[in-house]
Amino acid sequence: MLTDRFSALRAGGRRALVCYATAGHPDPVRSIALWQGLEEAGADVLEVGVPFSDPMADGPVIQASSQAALAHGVTLDGALALVARARLGIPVVLFSYLNPLLAAGPDVLRRAADAGVHGVLVTDLPVGSDPEREAWLGDGPLAFVRLVAPTTPQERMAEIARHGRGFVYLISRLGVTGVSAQLPSDLPDTIARLRAVCALPICVGFGVSRPEQARAIGAHADGVVVGSAIVRAADASVDEAVSLARALRAGLDGADA
Amino acid sequence: MGDAEMVTQDGMDGRFGAFGGRYVPETLVPALDELERALEAALADPAFDAELSSMLTHYVGRPSALCDAPRFSAHVGAPVWLKREDLNHTGAHKINNALAQALLALRMGKRRIIAETGAGQHGVATATVCARLGLECVVYMGEEDMRRQRLNVYRMRLMGATVVPVTAGTRTLKDATTEAIRDWVTTCPTSHYIIGSVVGPAPYPRMVREFQAIIGREARTQMLERAGRLPRAVVACVGGGSNAMGIFHAFRNDAQVELVGVEAAGHGLDSGAHSASLLRGTPGVLHGSLSYLLQDASGQVHPAHSISAGLDYPGVGPEHAYLKDAGRATYVAVTDAEALEGFALLGRLEGIIPALETAHAVAWIAAQRGRWAADEPVLLCVSGRGDKDVAQVSEPGAGSA
Ligand SMILES: Cc1ncc(COP(=O)(O)O)c(C=O)c1O
Repeated sequence: MLTDRFSALRAGGRRALVCYATAGHPDPVRSIALWQGLEEAGADVLEVGVPFSDPMADGPVIQASSQAALAHGVTLDGALALVARARLGIPVVLFSYLNPLLAAGPDVLRRAADAGVHGVLVTDLPVGSDPEREAWLGDGPLAFVRLVAPTTPQERMAEIARHGRGFVYLISRLGVTGVSAQLPSDLPDTIARLRAVCALPICVGFGVSRPEQARAIGAHADGVVVGSAIVRAADASVDEAVSLARALRAGLDGADA
Repeated sequence: MGDAEMVTQDGMDGRFGAFGGRYVPETLVPALDELERALEAALADPAFDAELSSMLTHYVGRPSALCDAPRFSAHVGAPVWLKREDLNHTGAHKINNALAQALLALRMGKRRIIAETGAGQHGVATATVCARLGLECVVYMGEEDMRRQRLNVYRMRLMGATVVPVTAGTRTLKDATTEAIRDWVTTCPTSHYIIGSVVGPAPYPRMVREFQAIIGREARTQMLERAGRLPRAVVACVGGGSNAMGIFHAFRNDAQVELVGVEAAGHGLDSGAHSASLLRGTPGVLHGSLSYLLQDASGQVHPAHSISAGLDYPGVGPEHAYLKDAGRATYVAVTDAEALEGFALLGRLEGIIPALETAHAVAWIAAQRGRWAADEPVLLCVSGRGDKDVAQVSEPGAGSA
């Protein structure tokens, strides 16, 4: 389903809007309303964050959302139940740290697929770090999406691209998740270096918060991922987060104009 | 256990049996590769060894003494020997590793140093060597630990380090480590992260063990000279596990030497408030490696508790997890209240006030009367001195902390 989505976008000359939201944030009920609103606003893919007690790759906004979700008792099982209840028409990618996946047991990938999840992305399992567990994730029913960082040498980019499924997630800048005032000036170069060795669609995330940033990235990449900005807006209200997604969609579609 | 077998589990591939590994964000992979290459080059370079050895001798004060303990030995019923890491400059074993890693950072051309600290001993050691080498130093420390270890916060700042309070989660070592990793993900091209124990992603557990192994190398030679034989048992406290790995490593192939690691049982192993990752944890991934971890059924890390800030950590170094499963080392635990007794006991009997961390190992040995024959020597790693803990212990109600 992820692949179909990207093929359709490519055929239409459009860029993907990938929206991140932490499962169970602001609370379980509004979490579902938020996801449905994001779909309506034009999101192509929903990344569902699995709450974790020690999110070392996340900045303050997503950390706080993870804590709030845990306080509501939402863990991986709860996240899957919410996905099943939301009945979304767009592909869903789980965004998790490794430990909650390990704790959930070997059948968790099957259970996730049954709940309506299409892909999985693991923040702390880089390519080559653990062949056995990477095979478990890669050979299961979900598309195993891999990450590339600005520090990744091009040879390694090629290796990551070979292992990836669905799309490649390019981290725009050094650091943890969070909004940035400015995109790194060498981002187009980084995208070009990756593009040269990668047949999969490239989505760029970390730091993207405004429509004009989405548009700028859309000129080079196949999609943008927006996380902290949506979570922060959802702290205020679901409507605010949905309006932001709508504005991002418009910004991104303007990229083709 | 045969030599060959131990060698294959030496962490050269980043793993200790099933444990260890490198579970980090992609951004850090090139930084860890660079560190690994720099480490291999440094370990093979006589100039690095010469510089490190010289500073260990003249700045740190090594070799640290091996000291007999007649009155404590009489209490235990076996001769106890104390490896005096408390006599190092800055008062703990932590400086062995901090100094070596700072020299490595210089070789890599990285002049900004990041560290996490619990008790503050690793932070102080890192701030110290950074002052000596002219490096910028940023130390992350949980707010709760800053309260417990106020003096060490002052010492770090006095030496020019920036101490950043961490207010997330339990406000202790776990959260300080998470925050230090976040800094490193942002600054890795120009900063080096000096982890304070045998934890974290490969190559840290093996590297920190290498830099702490001098404790056991010296102690083994000193035991043969002074006691005329190897110890029957080697005992050390285990937080992340660096002083224990440091003293264990030289004895790993001496099958007759029992290796004992003492964890913090906090309010009791069944109270839910302890730091006994090896005794009560299950395998899981935290801070970049797979090891025993205090966690719940959904994989959320369970907050640790110990009266001692340096042991108050829900994980443990992966090599300890391996040694436990292989049966080569034995792990036991001591409560807060028992540790406070150990703290006082060594002061009263030997005129040595140990760190609260070390006091756990003291207390365990003190309770083993009858375990060893009168001619079976026991070697205790006195990982640090207790000055930093006197204020906390003297507070009313310290026993129930
Ligand atoms: C004196 C002392 N001993 C022991 C420890 C525990 O660390 P490790 O288990 O790595 O030796 C600490 C940590 O702060 C310490 O300061």
